[in-house]
Amino acid sequence: MEIISILLLVFPLVGFLITGLLQSELNPRHSGIIASTMIFINLILAVVLFQYVSTTNQIVETRLFDWIRFADVHIPFALTVDRLSALMLLIINGVGLLIHIYSIGYMHDDDGVNRFFSYLNLFVFFMLILVLSSNYLMLFIGWEGVGLSSYLLIGFWFKDHANNDAAKKAFIMNRVGDLGFLIGIFILFFTFKTLSISEIATQASLLPYGNETLMLITLCLFIGAMGKSAQIPLFTWLPDAMAGPTPVSALIHAATMVTAGIYLVARSSVMFVLSPVTMQVILIVGATTAVIGGLIAIYQNDIKKILAYSTVSQLGFLFMALGLSSFSGAMFHLTTHAFFKALLFLAAGSVIHALSGEQDIRKMGGLRSKIPFTFGLFIIGTIAISGIPPFAGFFSKEAILTAAYEHGKAMGILATFISLLTTIYMFRLLFVVFFKPTSTALQANHHVHESPKVMLYPMAILAVLSVIGGFVEFPKLFPGNQFFSNYLAPVFAKANALIPASEHELSHTAELMILILPMLIIGLLIFFSYKRFVTNKDLVDAKGIQKLIANKFYFDEIYDFCIVKPLSNLSVFLRETVDQTIINRAVNSIGNSTLFVGKKLRLLQTGNVGYYLFFMVFSIIAILFFNIIF
Amino acid sequence: MEQLQVIPLQYYIIFCSALFSIGVIGVLAKRNALVIFMSVELMLNSANLLLTAFSAYSNDPAGQIFVFFIMVVAAAEVAIGLGLLVVVYRSTHTIDINVLNRLKW
Repeated sequence: MEIISILLLVFPLVGFLITGLLQSELNPRHSGIIASTMIFINLILAVVLFQYVSTTNQIVETRLFDWIRFADVHIPFALTVDRLSALMLLIINGVGLLIHIYSIGYMHDDDGVNRFFSYLNLFVFFMLILVLSSNYLMLFIGWEGVGLSSYLLIGFWFKDHANNDAAKKAFIMNRVGDLGFLIGIFILFFTFKTLSISEIATQASLLPYGNETLMLITLCLFIGAMGKSAQIPLFTWLPDAMAGPTPVSALIHAATMVTAGIYLVARSSVMFVLSPVTMQVILIVGATTAVIGGLIAIYQNDIKKILAYSTVSQLGFLFMALGLSSFSGAMFHLTTHAFFKALLFLAAGSVIHALSGEQDIRKMGGLRSKIPFTFGLFIIGTIAISGIPPFAGFFSKEAILTAAYEHGKAMGILATFISLLTTIYMFRLLFVVFFKPTSTALQANHHVHESPKVMLYPMAILAVLSVIGGFVEFPKLFPGNQFFSNYLAPVFAKANALIPASEHELSHTAELMILILPMLIIGLLIFFSYKRFVTNKDLVDAKGIQKLIANKFYFDEIYDFCIVKPLSNLSVFLRETVDQTIINRAVNSIGNSTLFVGKKLRLLQTGNVGYYLFFMVFSIIAILFFNIIF
Repeated sequence: MEQLQVIPLQYYIIFCSALFSIGVIGVLAKRNALVIFMSVELMLNSANLLLTAFSAYSNDPAGQIFVFFIMVVAAAEVAIGLGLLVVVYRSTHTIDINVLNRLKW
């Protein structure tokens, strides 16, 4: 078993090296197959590990080598596979494999296909380090590595400068969060003298509830999660990251990298449960992000931007779940979200591919008859994300909604409101792209074609998963097993034991209401959005508060004004005044003065021998004279 | 020995100083390169004489040994100097140092 966990890391690395180092020699058609094969082998290994871990409830610990060792500091390179890691392994390798296969079709006529697949494999490698690591420092390596891969992949089409700016923005915002993570690691080491996750959990569970050090640590770790998982205020990079190819958006910014923050919090569940202040903060930040993301998504006009803000909103929802101490609920929604968000992104890519690059939904319409397969897949994804039974989204959202109502009525209503926002923007997208009468721009385009099978099959698999994926966890109301929570129970056992008893227990009727009422409202919303978006000819210009939302609450502009401009000015000042004027002048003047002295001294060389002799004699006499005097 | 010590040491000192000064003036004031070389020889020989005189008057042979060294150096210097001068004359057909001033900035 230990060898299997090591092999999991080896295969993507080998795939990265082969496709990366042999970029120019490799046939473009082969790089995709090599990369996908590596991930396929990984998937098999992940399934084996999952089988082992779920049947035996053992933790597979593999120690590779001692990394840092001096005095009391002892940090090894070690891998841990428990049930949580095994779940993440399945998601990463499974969804990753499907996206690799999809990319073979999507990127097949691009110049840098080999480079693309090498970056994808590199990303999987680092993500696996992140989920398999057994100490926080190694997790940080994976954390930084996925940030790097994200940068490389967002800026994949580097000839266009806007893409480079988006990549830089993503990386720099990530770094701001990483500072918080690093400070958290420092405090962790200072407090516990070790960075091993399991040992810290054991030691932390002995600390009292509401310990201040734990609060500080968890806040710092959450700042790191804010950067990686796009929460307010570090979320503006995610919509800009849509500049990268669509498979990248599907893999990194929907299914895996952005879930790293949630994984971190879930891993450190013991510490977080003991810090009520941090849990409140997570709850508030998550809720705010979810609401703002959802509101902005309603007014966007680019397919991928709508899905990006949807991701922001769903991530906020996930953090709300974590803040409500519903760890297995959060992981469940993370899994189903990976399925249907990846499906939606890939389907959006299929639409863009069909329209040869058009991404503005105002120039689409009536695609229902032209690309029927994609339409079917998109509908499945939309129904799943809106939480309509019996698709997967319903079950995962139920878990979170129940936790929210148990916390309090206000939180429950807020969570329901967020779910309804999802319905509004997703069905708006669906109706405008597929149902509305074809826009004038599109009517001229006669090349609308369905995507090739290599792109459709992975999407079909994801669609199937989105449909049946929810059946692993029924709400407590219905008869039926709760496989998912039972599966993850040992992982969160320590944490769940430390949670203070919930204030409101829900009665059966209340639970029924939670289930049924949103369904009715969703039905009404679908009906109204159909009337609004399919029949009205054009989307009207926004006015008043709608204008505020349509401009993304001016987040980018505020950041630009408060942070980017002053930094730019400081940088220009340092370059112009300090560097060029002062330092350059000082260094140049030293050189110039040497030249000046030389210029004057060379005039001594007159070439006149008598002159030289005179100076010689004069100097000797002078030396003797001064020797006698002093 | 007594013959030599009949001449007082001061005479030797004055004489050698005079010789040395003549040499210096020759070096500074003459234009002919050969004459300058001769003046340098004159300075060297005045130093030799003075060294010998001091060595005789203090019965220390080290002075006279040192004279040998100076003679060797003088000979070597002359050999090289005259050789250079011959080459220069072959190129420029003059040994007037006011004319030979091309080695300037």
